[in-house]
Amino acid sequence: MPAILSISEAVAQVKGGSTVMIGGFMTCGTPTGLVAELARRGVHGLTVIANDTGVQGNGIGMLISAGAVTQLIASHIGTNPETGQRMIDGRLQVELVPQGTLVERIRCGGAGLGGFLTPTGVGTVVAEGKQAIVVDGRTYLLETPLRADVALIKAWKADRKGNLLYRRSARNFNPVMAMAADLVIAEVEEIVEVGELDPDQVMTPGIFVDILVRSVSRHD
Amino acid sequence: MTEEQKRMIIAHRIAQELSHGDVVNLGIGLPTLVASFLPPGLDITFQSENGFVGLGPDPAPGEEDPDLVNAGGKPVTIMPGGAFFDSALSFAIIRGGHVDVTVLGALEVDAQGNLASWMIPGKMVPGMGGAMDLVVGAKKVIVATSHTTKDGQPKLLKQCRLPLTAAGEVDMVVTELGVFSISGGSMVLHEKHPAWTVEKIRALTEAPLEVASGLKDMVLPVGV
Repeated sequence: MPAILSISEAVAQVKGGSTVMIGGFMTCGTPTGLVAELARRGVHGLTVIANDTGVQGNGIGMLISAGAVTQLIASHIGTNPETGQRMIDGRLQVELVPQGTLVERIRCGGAGLGGFLTPTGVGTVVAEGKQAIVVDGRTYLLETPLRADVALIKAWKADRKGNLLYRRSARNFNPVMAMAADLVIAEVEEIVEVGELDPDQVMTPGIFVDILVRSVSRHD
Repeated sequence: MTEEQKRMIIAHRIAQELSHGDVVNLGIGLPTLVASFLPPGLDITFQSENGFVGLGPDPAPGEEDPDLVNAGGKPVTIMPGGAFFDSALSFAIIRGGHVDVTVLGALEVDAQGNLASWMIPGKMVPGMGGAMDLVVGAKKVIVATSHTTKDGQPKLLKQCRLPLTAAGEVDMVVTELGVFSISGGSMVLHEKHPAWTVEKIRALTEAPLEVASGLKDMVLPVGV
């Protein structure tokens, strides 16, 4: 069973210099409580793997503003000008990855796969330094798995076993990241008793989740 | 022509390309406007790459749900019969050829079907987001773009100069001046703005331009 901790107790387990996956898409489905606490604690040298860096001062933007991130792997940073500025200043190293490649690399990391072949990026700068493999006459790039020390994810409901339900488009990267980190911390809006969630409806099995925290925001 | 008129002409024309039953992904900005011009009764399922099919219109003021946004992070709605999924499934849909049509903007597009839409080195590096996967995976790729830059420079080029989004994947280009296909290193003009001559369009096009034998006038939206 996962531990049910306060946000500050949970985030205390994230050490400076670690690699952290953070769920969400443009702050939708981002574990905002965990991210805000991480920014507040003054942790440094993080490598963050996330779709984007939200907007300035919100979502993962809070970590960027706090100077907590030295490396970023993301598909899009255009909605947060501060990320671009720090990249240009040399304070933040950014690897831009096509969104479908990013999520599949994370899935591979969680699924025990050594990588995958994708046609995305062939003939572009994304192909530079990557092995090209031809299968049945079509060229693919070999993309390698991504894993993290910690995944910070956001779900709607959990039971005490850590089984998770997501709501609407807030699901996005969260279920995939839940499989790909050594320590998985899920921020949830509600925690119910074991047996209250229909096993047919569970989206992330609780075996992936190490720590549950209660979110301050809530949808009923 | 005002910028708004250009946008309406392009979006209106692209809406005529969609067929009953299509699964369609519209990019942020001008491509999103295509949904406003759908012929009545046409059954189109819009895919949103952040994780659902059945993308609906904007919510009424006060009805926004922070858990339901489009690929630009803006509040949207979902239609009855829609479905949510995670990002891995979303891009399996996209790369796996389950999207019939994708419509997206361009910084440059060329006569080889190459598209550049995601960065200007030293100036603007927003990232590619889902665009590279969409252009490679969708069955039909339609580029929606103004014919020239704000400075009047051609955007339909012999060869893209900016870093590519994808190589050789563009099927059709729609601008306020015409409808073009890509064929053997040329752009082929199939329809033109009724008030423009082929020669005037050619003068604003860097790509080698051929004229289709059945050249027609574009149908413009009402009021433009």
